[in-house]
Amino acid sequence: MARITLEGVAKSFGAHAVIHGADLEIADGSFVVFVGPSGCGKTTLLRLIAGLEDVTAGRILIDGANLVGVPAAKRGLSMVFQSYALYPHMSVRGNIGFGLKMAGTPRAEASRKVEAAAATLNLTAYLDRKPRELSGGQRQRVAIGRAIVREPKAFLFDEPLSNLDAALRVQMRLEITTLQRQLKTTAIYVTHDQVEAMTMADRIVVLNAGRIEQFGSPLELYDRPANLFVAGFIGSPRMNFVGQETAHSYGAATIGIRPEHLKAARDGEGWQGRVSVAEHLGSDTFLHVDVPGIGNLTARSIGELGLTTGDPVCLLPDPARIHRFDRDGKSMRS
Amino acid sequence: MGRRITPVRLLINTVAAWIVGLMIFFPILWMVLASFKTELEAFATPPSFLFFDWTLENYATVQGRSDYLHHALNSVIVAGGSTLIAMLIAVPAAWSMAFAPSKRTKDILLWMLSTKMMPPVGVLMPIYLLYRTFGMLDTLSGLILVLCLGNLPIVVWMLFTYFKEIPKDILEAARMDGATIGRELIYVLTPMAVPGIASTLLLNVILAWNEAFWTLNLSTSAAAPLTVFIASYSSPEGLFWAKLSAASTMAIAPILVLGWFSQRQLVRGLTFGAVK
Amino acid sequence: MTEETRGIGRLLLSPAVGLLFIWMIVPLGMTIYFSSLHYNLLNPGTEQFVGLENYTYFLTDPAFLASLRNTLVLVGSVLVLTIGLGTLVALLLDQAVVGRSIVRLMVIAPFFVMPTVSALVWKNLLMHPVSGLLAYVAKSFGLTPIDWFAEVPLLAVILIVAWQWLPFATLILLTALQSLDEEQKEAAEMDGANALSSFVYVTLPHLARPITVVILIETIFLLTVFAEIFVTTGGGPGLATTNIAFLIYSQALIQYDVGTASAGGMVAVVIANILAFFLVRIVGRNLEA
Repeated sequence: MARITLEGVAKSFGAHAVIHGADLEIADGSFVVFVGPSGCGKTTLLRLIAGLEDVTAGRILIDGANLVGVPAAKRGLSMVFQSYALYPHMSVRGNIGFGLKMAGTPRAEASRKVEAAAATLNLTAYLDRKPRELSGGQRQRVAIGRAIVREPKAFLFDEPLSNLDAALRVQMRLEITTLQRQLKTTAIYVTHDQVEAMTMADRIVVLNAGRIEQFGSPLELYDRPANLFVAGFIGSPRMNFVGQETAHSYGAATIGIRPEHLKAARDGEGWQGRVSVAEHLGSDTFLHVDVPGIGNLTARSIGELGLTTGDPVCLLPDPARIHRFDRDGKSMRS
Repeated sequence: MGRRITPVRLLINTVAAWIVGLMIFFPILWMVLASFKTELEAFATPPSFLFFDWTLENYATVQGRSDYLHHALNSVIVAGGSTLIAMLIAVPAAWSMAFAPSKRTKDILLWMLSTKMMPPVGVLMPIYLLYRTFGMLDTLSGLILVLCLGNLPIVVWMLFTYFKEIPKDILEAARMDGATIGRELIYVLTPMAVPGIASTLLLNVILAWNEAFWTLNLSTSAAAPLTVFIASYSSPEGLFWAKLSAASTMAIAPILVLGWFSQRQLVRGLTFGAVK
Repeated sequence: MTEETRGIGRLLLSPAVGLLFIWMIVPLGMTIYFSSLHYNLLNPGTEQFVGLENYTYFLTDPAFLASLRNTLVLVGSVLVLTIGLGTLVALLLDQAVVGRSIVRLMVIAPFFVMPTVSALVWKNLLMHPVSGLLAYVAKSFGLTPIDWFAEVPLLAVILIVAWQWLPFATLILLTALQSLDEEQKEAAEMDGANALSSFVYVTLPHLARPITVVILIETIFLLTVFAEIFVTTGGGPGLATTNIAFLIYSQALIQYDVGTASAGGMVAVVIANILAFFLVRIVGRNLEA
């Protein structure tokens, strides 16, 4: 259980700067997700916290103590790797218990803890198997078991679900969040999937090209994105961005409106256009509409609208949900 | 390959392959057969192929000779010792190049390989003189030193390639689990690298056992391994062939067996990865 | 990777690098030094500095020219034999054969036989003009047996060395053949190629790189063939089987002429370095991949 603070943390590989001065305050017991596109530096930031890489500048504090210079082995953190990184020559029991062995935990106590962790993760039947005899999902649980058994100050997750199939991913998402809430241990979770971020996080850190764009709760990021990047990254389908005269008429360089806040109707008020593609999911309809003078907009409706390619349609934006952005892409919020 | 091979084709292939194989293997076969003949039989004309009085007297004689055993023991000590010491130096070096590489790592590796390509004869003189000055001629330690340094590049190279195949994140996981680098090496790396380490050990023991330049020039009797012992029979005529064959068979038999197991390592080790 | 790891890495690497560096520099340095002296172990204390005279002496010595010729013939012939036959044997072993692993064992065996043993087996059991097997075979055909080491000594040595290295070439080429994508051959077949064209246009180009590697590696090791000559002919008759390595050896440990032997040694090192340069380049490129 720990409060983690980053002060001016920067990282360069040679001349190439990957992280530019990150400042962050992660509350004790919270589940924080680092999210962003490939190459944004989220994994690098995680590895800096883990101690697998050295910072070029700045400080990393756990409960006020500076970790810079402390080797990974002594930081008291656990990491779950994307590839699970299980020890192939050890059984599940050996894998989970390895950290306890390194810490010098007496055999009996270690055994008890390993079995408790295995029980939590439904691995008791597999304790004596080797990793190669396990399925992907089971291996993942072993990786998690290895991380929790040491009762670390924080958990670090590096895209642990990306190698699983979709159904398993959804199930594991729930299990991980449940587990974390149970254990109340601080967790930092890296993913490129904003759905994972939104559903799992207490707070989200959105990263782009080595910079923290915004740090807030999922709903904060959804309702009040700080800039164009966050606004376009969070939410699926993506927010619609409109520029030029329409934006100027709202007093901004760019305005954004989410598909779910565009009310589509056959006629009435709003922007007039034609449907170019209609996607019917039964529960929702996504309409891709070509609005002359504005561009291509995506609108989302609940239920079936009965519109198809070529049909004229009216899109009415909810005035309370229009986001205004200035010339630098920053949100113009009072 | 989804196509069936015709029985005729299979027969032709098999016959051709076996003929070629036997032709290549023949000298060894002939020597092994000679080891079971009496001396008179061994160089009788016409030579008998399978139908002669098989005897074990040659093996008994050779094994009874203490100097044969002495030289065999020397071979074991020199081949084993030089390889083990090379491994002790090479494992950390290979770890370093595989898991803590720098910009220079590739150049260092290539440089190491190039030292193996130096012709031994180019440094025969100084090594001989140095050894003479320091009383290292005809000593086991002298041979072990030279062979160790001679094979070191290959040992480092092979271990490097095996270590590179170990996923880096498993070692990082060990670090996160609280293991210092030493414990990481002992508990995680070495167990995972055991097959690679065994293969490297095997191939290099074979190369050291068969080494016939330094052993011939730097030892005469006290430290002489089997290579030298057998070479000393190059002059006398006729009478010793059956016994010599027995001695030779015993000298090469273990290596032939080990060699069978190290074919793939041979390709990996001696082509320096230039062929995949 | 952290600074700590990097630091430990440097520490762990230093014994190997240090030892090899000393192994390289000290003897090589001494060789260069000796090559500039007129120094004979039989007359100790009479060393004099003679600059490059040893090199001129060595390179213009008719013995050197003869040994150079022998070396080139030896290396060239062994290369042709091992690669030519090696390719054929590799092709054969690539096919479906009953008991293929045993055949493989037989083909590979010669490489693992001690050079001194091989040499003696060939010299005495096979090539001996009176009691050797080849003599017997010749006589049964009514031909006079060849006295190999008297009449064609260099050829005899070439055969012994080629026999020892054939497995190496075969193994490498077989490994390369087995990595040849089956689909390429099938595509060629669909394009109407018969077995011969398929070999020439698909297999051979694929083998070009491994053959180059085999040539380079074998040459590097063949330049220093020693044991076989030492055990069978001692360089003779006359200089007929003396190669550069044996020449240097005889100057060093038979004539005890340190100066000339060192000059000769440097010549060998230079030649080997040229070859090594090319081989290291190929290996280096592969390391990137």
